[in-house]
Amino acid sequence: MTDAVANSLATAPVQSAPAARVRSYWGGVWQRLRYDYVTLFCIALIVLIVLSAVFAPWLAPFDPYKSSMANRLRPIGYRQFLLGTDEQGRDMLSRLLYGGRVSLLMGIVPVILATLVGGMFGVVAGYYGRKVNMGIMRTMDIFFAFPSVLLAVAISGSLGGGITNQMLTLTVVLIPPICRVAETATSQVRNMDFVDAARATGASTTSILFTHVLINVMSPVLVYASTLVSISIILASGLSFLGLGVSPPTADWGLMLSTLRQSIYVQPLVSAIPGVAILVTSIAFNLVSDGLRQAMDVKA
Amino acid sequence: MWLYALRRIILTIPILFGVTVICFALVQIAPGDPIQNLLSPTASQADAERLRAAYGLDKPLPVQYVIWLGKVLVGDMGMSIANNTPVTGEVLRAFGNTIVIAMIAVVIAFILSTIFGVAAAYRSGGLVDKAITAVAVFGISVPTFWLGVILVILFAVNLSWLPATGMGSGGSKGFDYLSWNDFKFAVMPIIALALPPLGIMTRTTRSSLSEILNQDFVQTLRAKGLTEFEVMVHAVRNIMPAAVAMLGLQLGYLIGGSVLVETVFTWPGTGYLLNKAILTRDIPLLQGTILVLATAFVLINLVVDLAQSLIDPRIKRS
Repeated sequence: MTDAVANSLATAPVQSAPAARVRSYWGGVWQRLRYDYVTLFCIALIVLIVLSAVFAPWLAPFDPYKSSMANRLRPIGYRQFLLGTDEQGRDMLSRLLYGGRVSLLMGIVPVILATLVGGMFGVVAGYYGRKVNMGIMRTMDIFFAFPSVLLAVAISGSLGGGITNQMLTLTVVLIPPICRVAETATSQVRNMDFVDAARATGASTTSILFTHVLINVMSPVLVYASTLVSISIILASGLSFLGLGVSPPTADWGLMLSTLRQSIYVQPLVSAIPGVAILVTSIAFNLVSDGLRQAMDVKA
Repeated sequence: MWLYALRRIILTIPILFGVTVICFALVQIAPGDPIQNLLSPTASQADAERLRAAYGLDKPLPVQYVIWLGKVLVGDMGMSIANNTPVTGEVLRAFGNTIVIAMIAVVIAFILSTIFGVAAAYRSGGLVDKAITAVAVFGISVPTFWLGVILVILFAVNLSWLPATGMGSGGSKGFDYLSWNDFKFAVMPIIALALPPLGIMTRTTRSSLSEILNQDFVQTLRAKGLTEFEVMVHAVRNIMPAAVAMLGLQLGYLIGGSVLVETVFTWPGTGYLLNKAILTRDIPLLQGTILVLATAFVLINLVVDLAQSLIDPRIKRS
């Protein structure tokens, strides 16, 4: 895996102009999005994946943990097993539905946490400038000295496996790039006339930050954060694949791929299924963030 | 030029310093007391204290860091717990295997992405463009370890054209990249490594090319009567400095991020070493490997920046 985080930063959004008329801005976004069928399709797909993960207990035809020695590694479509069974005879479809819960959680929660923390640091660094900026951004630079996969493996490998450690790791990995995007956007906004005007009228720093700066920093940061969801899912599945994620028998796409690796000679197609789930989800998130970037008129 | 180079080199020093701090911290965040693992279960508290002092673990953290850094600077990164060999030797041996396939992969990705990027930008929005964009999105979105598994299923299991894993009977000693008998072991790792940079580089080449093609000077070139091919040559030359920089960056990412691909193919490089360190919870080996990889990444970035300022004189002014 190359460095997806830094790659995404290379095409990080820079806001072209602050949203002057808030209402018509979002109206415009919707107008553009309405006719972008690829994005709409991907949004629908994501909703479907999320729903199927949320309602996994009702949708899954079997217990995802119930193994059966008699039915190990059955092919796709074998009797009642729509997607076959895994190396312990557990129903693949059920495990895939349950696995989506962990994998989606790993895609979304770290991004939200990192957006909050990294965004805050970035806005502070960008708004206050000078020494504060130096301090925060130079610290972030050190994290940029690690390719994201390496940083994730380093932290996760030291902390050890487990779902909390995995989430913590991904959050730490995603903070620096978000911080950088927020910092760039903030330092562009802070010298704009309307911020000066607010300052001249005696507005407090907090009120300037919240009413003027934040709203204009939000769209590039959110668009950028949306590109990180797919990266986070892939990183998380990679960590699980290395044994640094959830512990078995919990269903997780990355871990399923890892345990099924021994079975590729017996059931190659079944062994590949969890990867298809990761790929489809990741492509959908990538295309949605591309569409959002275009619709929100954030320069790529 | 020289001033820029000097400035850039000096800026690297605090970064490298930060890298060592993080690598040192890795051991601190690792759960468990390293001393307890070394002691026999019957050892007394006094024995533990004596051992702790012998390893210098009773000193305050900053002191421990300085001692550790001093050792690292002379090439001593401690002993691997799992096989009790010096970490430095293990990492350097593995590093050679990683860098060669990473370089081949990134060069292949560079050449293909330039071709793809040109083809896509030539008729932006056309069928070719759409197909190439789809390939690029796939490259960016695909989990490389899964791609590795698919390649093994396809080329090793079904077609049996290529060996599934490893480096062959000879191992890395005497591995000859120029002979097919050895090189065939490297083919699938290289493909799996090349796809993500191919995706990202195709995307950037395409977007920067179509930006260039919209500029006035391209209109002038066309007005002068140049063929479309000659116009494209002009445009491509304009994006080359950025593309070369991208190539360097991607090489750095591949070297640092090859852990998954190397694990799938049991390719005995640094990534495989990392995987081994994780499985055996060999923290010194993990720390040493990460330190070497991160340092290599920082140095590659430095070389890329310097090379770019040589190719593109506009950079040193900013």
